[in-house]
Amino acid sequence: MIVEIGHFALVLSLSVALVQSVLPLIGARTGDQRLMETGTIAATGGFVLIAIAFASLMTSYVTSDFSVLNVFQNSNSQQPLLYKFTSTWGNHEGSMLLWVLILAFFGSLVALFGRDLPATLKANVLSVQAWILTAFLFFILLTSNPFERLDPAPMEGQDLNPILQDIGLAIHPPLLYLGYVGFSIAFSFAIAALIDGRIDAAWARWIRPWTLIAWIFLTLGIAMGSYWAYYELGWGGWWFWDPVENASFMPWLAGTALLHSALVMEKRAALKIWTILLAILTFSLSLLGTFLVRSGVLTSVHAFATDPTRGVFILCILCLFIGGALFLFALRAQSLEGGGLFAPISREGALVFNNLFLTTAAATVLVGTLYPLFLEVVAGKKISVGAPFFDLTFGPLMVPLLFAVPFGPLLGWKRGDLLGAAQRLYFAAGCALAALVCVLAFTGGTRVLTAFGFALAFWLLAGSLTDLFLKAAFIKAGWRTGLSRLLGLPRSAFGTTLAHFGLGVTLLGIVSVSSFQQEVITTMAPGKTIEIAGYTLSFDRIDQRAGPNFEAQAATFSVRSGGVEVARIESSKRFFPARQMTTTESGIWTTWFSQLYLSLGDPSEDKQSIVVRAWWKPLVTLIWVGALIMGIGGMVSLADRRLRVGAPTRSRQRAALAAGA
Amino acid sequence: MTRKAKRLYSIGAMLLVVGGALGLVLTALSSSVAYFQSPTELVKNAPGPAQRIRLGGLVEDGSVKRDGSSHVSFRVTDTVDSVPVTYTGILPDLFREGQGVIAEGTLGPDRVFVADTVLAKHDENYMPKEVVDDLKARGLWEDGKGLVDKSDKTVSAAPMGAGS
Repeated sequence: MIVEIGHFALVLSLSVALVQSVLPLIGARTGDQRLMETGTIAATGGFVLIAIAFASLMTSYVTSDFSVLNVFQNSNSQQPLLYKFTSTWGNHEGSMLLWVLILAFFGSLVALFGRDLPATLKANVLSVQAWILTAFLFFILLTSNPFERLDPAPMEGQDLNPILQDIGLAIHPPLLYLGYVGFSIAFSFAIAALIDGRIDAAWARWIRPWTLIAWIFLTLGIAMGSYWAYYELGWGGWWFWDPVENASFMPWLAGTALLHSALVMEKRAALKIWTILLAILTFSLSLLGTFLVRSGVLTSVHAFATDPTRGVFILCILCLFIGGALFLFALRAQSLEGGGLFAPISREGALVFNNLFLTTAAATVLVGTLYPLFLEVVAGKKISVGAPFFDLTFGPLMVPLLFAVPFGPLLGWKRGDLLGAAQRLYFAAGCALAALVCVLAFTGGTRVLTAFGFALAFWLLAGSLTDLFLKAAFIKAGWRTGLSRLLGLPRSAFGTTLAHFGLGVTLLGIVSVSSFQQEVITTMAPGKTIEIAGYTLSFDRIDQRAGPNFEAQAATFSVRSGGVEVARIESSKRFFPARQMTTTESGIWTTWFSQLYLSLGDPSEDKQSIVVRAWWKPLVTLIWVGALIMGIGGMVSLADRRLRVGAPTRSRQRAALAAGA
Repeated sequence: MTRKAKRLYSIGAMLLVVGGALGLVLTALSSSVAYFQSPTELVKNAPGPAQRIRLGGLVEDGSVKRDGSSHVSFRVTDTVDSVPVTYTGILPDLFREGQGVIAEGTLGPDRVFVADTVLAKHDENYMPKEVVDDLKARGLWEDGKGLVDKSDKTVSAAPMGAGS
């Protein structure tokens, strides 16, 4: 019964979305207030209906209702409760339902919090949102219905893919989708502006918070996915340049560019056309990501059971939206007026520099991701493009960009003083130079590239703090005045600093782990010890354990430093009988920001010893800590007064009321 | 600077960055991509020692040898030809004899394939797509039935229709 309610709610939400696609748009054209208002009601109502559908699917998972095909295929009654919840989106159908749920969620947010938007803009935005929603609801109902029944109902389910049975599944997909799908708002705003043929600085102020929200979630989602892959797959890598990772990374690059260009548009009313195009491209890359992951053209952990009709369907949605948006852009872009002029050396110039490099980088990732597919279709050759390609293309593009980051905030709008900015960065340059010399001395002059990597990281760390330090004028005004000035700075200044600082932290982690990582692969029997990075690792014992739906062989190691035991690490192999599958649970010990990482291989033929792979990963956690700092920077920036749409109007109204009283 | 000169400079800078990126992409594509080959293709025309290859096929039954430490050797076959492979490290959890595998690396001068990465399936219904496509193209694989042996023996590989 619950399943039928969910199914019905989903079908109903499709008809609501159809209404929302048309009526507000007509209202905006004819100036009919009531028709425009239907968008608000439909968007909230549609969200509630999809939430009901999602909740009913989740209920079937939690109660292990195997009469539902989707539940039978991806769940098992022995699973711990948390994984019963997360199984809801650990499969193709459920994850698409989560996708539309989040899409409708963002639509309803615009409906509820967009009270201060111009009525026609809001109506257009909601209609465009509904177009996307309609397309994906059709996709779900026609090709990937999660509510299909099974008769007779089997006694036991086939279990969730053991790799996905982890807390990571509870966090990574929802965060990532909030990011991916969040960019749909920027897209809808862009299309709405093109339909209206009107765009101004206020428009940029409206899309910035939405873009920022999506960006924060995408940043955290990608970081979480990276850490999950790092500890779950047991290969000790944190980024594989896997097509599916690229699929989430491309919208991130474009979205980061969008954040920066919207800034120029908001402050200086320049780069209008470019910002619109970026908003379209960012969400197009999100759609492309959805296509790559969900269509089965790629083989990866993310590609669930594949069905060719689905791929074709998403490809059609993709072509329709990207093609339609770009066509509209080509028709209307000329009618948008250009904005303020600026010298090449200026804050605007720096942000254009940022955009140029970020979009070019996104394009190289796109080429690397799609070229194998293209070559297979055209020439029938099968190739794989992996880390070496991206190291050679993406890496060199990032170096000038990262070098330029500290300059940006120090340049003035309209016309900047490069020499002045460079002079103010002497402290950052000193830090970078010190890092360069230290690393060269430490490695005996053999690791020149590594030394430059560290120098760049410290340049970023110190350089991003310079802006705040100078704005507070600590040196001129003294500590006390400086501190009060610092606290009085707008939150967006802190946001910028934090985000750039986080980037430096991530870079430091990347450089450190890729240059100073140590690895030992050996066969060990209980009692044997190995040395790694100054630690003595001894293999204590191996024992059998029973989990809720698996059996584990757990190996216990103790770590000694100078004869004193500092930690115990457990690494295990889990066997899941329902899927006849084994997974490796890596054992990780974190000390400060570095980690000792252990993973188990196959036992030897006599079962007396086992292959052990041990890594010392110096400062590896900084990679994700940096992403977290970037996310926090985004949140701080989001709290800036300037971005609260309508806040000035409301406070003015309040002031007027107070004056009248 | 006049407006026109400014525009010229910015377009020039853009072309420089985009052109530079294009150059990087083209060099990287010609030097650092790995080509997929089946054992038969690899035996027929051996590539140079620098060319990265993705060798795909099935792990030959009874060919996996571990020499006590973490060195493993096995043969990858497409039921017509087979190629010896050596690898140092931990094999993926689902690496089994008679099942699909992709080994990435280079072919040594002694005609032994030195793999630096070995990929197997990541769940029981998945078979590397490249391997299935390759076997299908040569009539060694049928959808829903799995591997078809030309000598009419049933091979132990489980039928795996996914990936097609």
